[in-house]
Amino acid sequence: MEFELSEEQRLLAASLRRLLADRYGFEQRKTYARTPEGWSRAVWHDFGDLGLLALPFAEEDGGLGGGPVETMVVAEALGEALTLEPWFATVVLGGGFLRHGGSSDLRRALVPGIASGNVLLAVAHAEPAATADPGDVATVARREGSRWLLDGRKTLVLHGDVADHIVVTARVSGAGGDRNGLAAFLVRSTTSGLTRRPLRTNDGRRAVEIVLDDVAVADDCVLGEPGEAFPLIERVVQEAIAALAAEAVGVMTLAHRLTVDYLKTRRQFGRPIGSFQVLQHRATDMLIAIEEARSMAIYAAMSLDEPDAAERRRALAAVKALIGRRGRFVAETAVQLHGGIGLTMDYAVGHCMARLLAIDALFGNAAHHLARLADDGGLIRVA
Amino acid sequence: MDLRLTADERRFRDEVRVFIDANLDPATRARMETGRLPTKDQWVAWHRTLAGRGWSVPDWPKEHGGPGWDPIRRYLFREALQAAPAPQPQQFGTQMVGPVLMAFGTAEQQRRFLPRIVTLEDWWCQGFSEPEAGSDLASLRTTARLDGDVWIVTGQKTWTTLAHWADWMFALVRTDPKAAKPQQGIGFLLIDMRSPGITVRPILTIDGEHEVNEVFLDEVRVPAENMVGDPRRGWDCAKFLLSHERAGQARVGIAKERIRRLKRIAGETRSARGRLIDDPSFRDRLAAIEVEVKALEITCLRVVAAEAKRTGDPAPDPASSLLKIRGSEILQAIATLTLEAAGEGALAAPEDEPDRSGNETSSVPDWAAMSAPLWMNWRKFSIYGGTNEIQRNIMAKAFLGL
Repeated sequence: MEFELSEEQRLLAASLRRLLADRYGFEQRKTYARTPEGWSRAVWHDFGDLGLLALPFAEEDGGLGGGPVETMVVAEALGEALTLEPWFATVVLGGGFLRHGGSSDLRRALVPGIASGNVLLAVAHAEPAATADPGDVATVARREGSRWLLDGRKTLVLHGDVADHIVVTARVSGAGGDRNGLAAFLVRSTTSGLTRRPLRTNDGRRAVEIVLDDVAVADDCVLGEPGEAFPLIERVVQEAIAALAAEAVGVMTLAHRLTVDYLKTRRQFGRPIGSFQVLQHRATDMLIAIEEARSMAIYAAMSLDEPDAAERRRALAAVKALIGRRGRFVAETAVQLHGGIGLTMDYAVGHCMARLLAIDALFGNAAHHLARLADDGGLIRVA
Repeated sequence: MDLRLTADERRFRDEVRVFIDANLDPATRARMETGRLPTKDQWVAWHRTLAGRGWSVPDWPKEHGGPGWDPIRRYLFREALQAAPAPQPQQFGTQMVGPVLMAFGTAEQQRRFLPRIVTLEDWWCQGFSEPEAGSDLASLRTTARLDGDVWIVTGQKTWTTLAHWADWMFALVRTDPKAAKPQQGIGFLLIDMRSPGITVRPILTIDGEHEVNEVFLDEVRVPAENMVGDPRRGWDCAKFLLSHERAGQARVGIAKERIRRLKRIAGETRSARGRLIDDPSFRDRLAAIEVEVKALEITCLRVVAAEAKRTGDPAPDPASSLLKIRGSEILQAIATLTLEAAGEGALAAPEDEPDRSGNETSSVPDWAAMSAPLWMNWRKFSIYGGTNEIQRNIMAKAFLGL
C-alpha cells in the first residue's frame, strides 16, 4: 500500500501549479472566458510545452506514457484553477478513444498534433433522449460499399465548436441500451452532413449539438471493432469519471480555501465571522467532504487497473456517486458561508459551484450511479 | 501510489482470519453477530486466546509483549476481528492505560501492570468524566490530597464503562486546586477498584443495557506509587491517550460486517414492494452508505499509511477527529436502515438477558427485536470519547486556523 506520489509526479504537479499561479489568476480567467472560444490558446500551448497534452499517450505514439495517477494529479490542479481549456475533451475523452480504440496509424497521425496543442478533439456520445448508460446510443451507422454512413443527433459535445476531429458513437445493430452492436468513429468536424449548433453550458463552457445526416466515414477511421465497442466506450467513460473526480477535488479545495479566507476576513458584529462556532463546524464539514472526495479520486485512479470488469464498474459508480454528492455539499456550503457575494459572476466561489454541478451532471449524476451500483449488488459482497 | 496490499500483508491478513476461525468460540461469535456485547467470560477467554498467540496487545512494541506490528498490520488485524465479528482486545488496558504507562510510567509501574494487561489479569476502566465535567473535562473536581505516601481521593466519576467488571481504574484527579489553569494540577492516578470507599452504581441506559456506571470515591486511599508521571501533569497523559487511537476510530470493519448482515436479512425480509433487498428505495439507501464506507476506508488507509511513514513518537493527529465523526455517523446510518427494515418488529423487546429483562420468548426475530436497542445504544458513538461537536472544534482549530 502506498499513497505518496513519485518524485516525477510531484514535479509534474509543482510545475503545473507554478504555471497556473502565473497564468490563471481569477482576473486572468475572466479575460479568457470572454473570448469567443471561452478559453486561452496561449495557455493551451503552455500546457503543450509542459507535456500535459502528450501525457497519457504511449511513447511510441509520441506521448509520455503517463498513467491514471498522472492524470489525477493534472486534473486536480486544473480544477483548483477553474481552468476552461479543452483538456478534458481533447486529452481525456478524445484521447481515450484514440488510445484504446485507434489503430497505430491513426494514433501516430494524431498524437503529435495533440501533444503540440495544434489538434483538438471532442466526443459526441450523449444523445437528447438517452440515459447516462454508456450503451444508450441510438445514432445509426450503416455500411455502404467500403464506408460507413452515420445518422443521428448528438448533444453536449464539449468543445465541439473548436474540435478538429469528433469521435462519434453509434450502433451498427440493436437498439436503445443494448450493449451489443455499438461502434465508434473518428470524424473530421468539417465532414459534409455534419452540422454543429452552439450550446452553452451552465458552467460557462462551450459545447455543440450535432446532427449527422449520412456522414461518411472510411474504414481507417473506425475506433475499435464495429459492433463490439461497448467496452471501449465504457473504458473511456470510466477514465473520464476518474479525471472528473480529481478535478472535483481541486474545485472543492479552491471553494474551501476561499471560504476559510472569507471567514477570517469578513467581520460582522464586530468580529471575524469565523469566530462563530456554527460557521466553524460547517467549514469543518466541508473539509471532511473534501477528504472523502480525495479518497474516492484515488480509489478511481487505482480502480482503472482493476481487471475484473464488474468490479471496476461498481468502483467507478461508487466514485461518481460520492463525488457528485460531496461536490454539491461543498458548493452549497461555500456559497452559504459567503452569503450573497457567493452567488455573483464576479467572484470565484459561484464558478466553483457551477463547475461542481457540471461535474455531477457529466456521465451520470450521483442518483444515476447510486441506482446502478445498487442494481449491481453494491460494493460489499455478502458471501 | 498503489492501494493494493503487498503479498506479505495479504498473507498476514489470511493468517489472522484463519486463526480467528479456528479459535473463536462459536457462542462468542454468535453473540457478537446479534450486536450484543460479549459476556465478561467470553471477552476474557478470547483476549487470553489472542494473548496465547502474542496478539492481545496489537499496538504494543515487542519489549512490552506486543507483536511489534507496523500500523498497516495493526489496521488489518483490527479489521479482521471486526469482520468476524470477534471482540477486540480489551481496549481500556491495551489501548488506553497501557500506552500511557509506556510513555509516562516508571519502570516499576510498567513491570507491575503491563504484563497483566497482556493477559487481561486486570480489567481496567476509565475514570475521566464527572457529572460537571463532560466535554469540558478539565473542569473535573474529584480531588486527591497527599497524606504521607498515600493519595486520599474523594469525588464522583460517571459514564464509567464496564466499571462493574473492573479491577482497576485509571482516573484523572485534581491534585492542586490552586493551579493557574484548569488543565494544570491534574494527576493521572491508578486506583484499585477493591479499595474501601469505592461504590459502583449502575446507570441503566434506555436500550435496557447495563454498560456504564457511576463510581463514587469517598476518602479512598491510593498508594503514592500509583501516580503516573508528575502529579500536576496528568493532563498530558489524558491528551496522549485520547489522541492515541487513530484509524480504529473509524470502525470500518464493523460497518462492513453490519452491512453484510443487513443484506442477508433483507434477502429474507418482506417489504411493501416484495423482498426488501429488491426494494429500490432500500437498495439505493444501502448503496449510498456503502459508498460512504468505501470513502472512509480509503481515508483510513491514507491515515494508516502516513502513520507508517512517520518516525519517532506519534503526535496527536486531528485526522482522528475526521475518522471518528464519519465512522460514528455511518454506523448510526446503518442502525437506522436496520431499524426501518425491522418495521413493526422493532417494537418488541429482545429476549431475556442476565442483565436485562425482556421477553422469555418472542415470535419476533432477534435481529428485529435488537434493532431498536442497538439504534439507541449506537447514539453513543457520536457522544463518547469527545462528542462529534468537540471533534469539529478540534479540527477547526488544527486544520482551519479558525
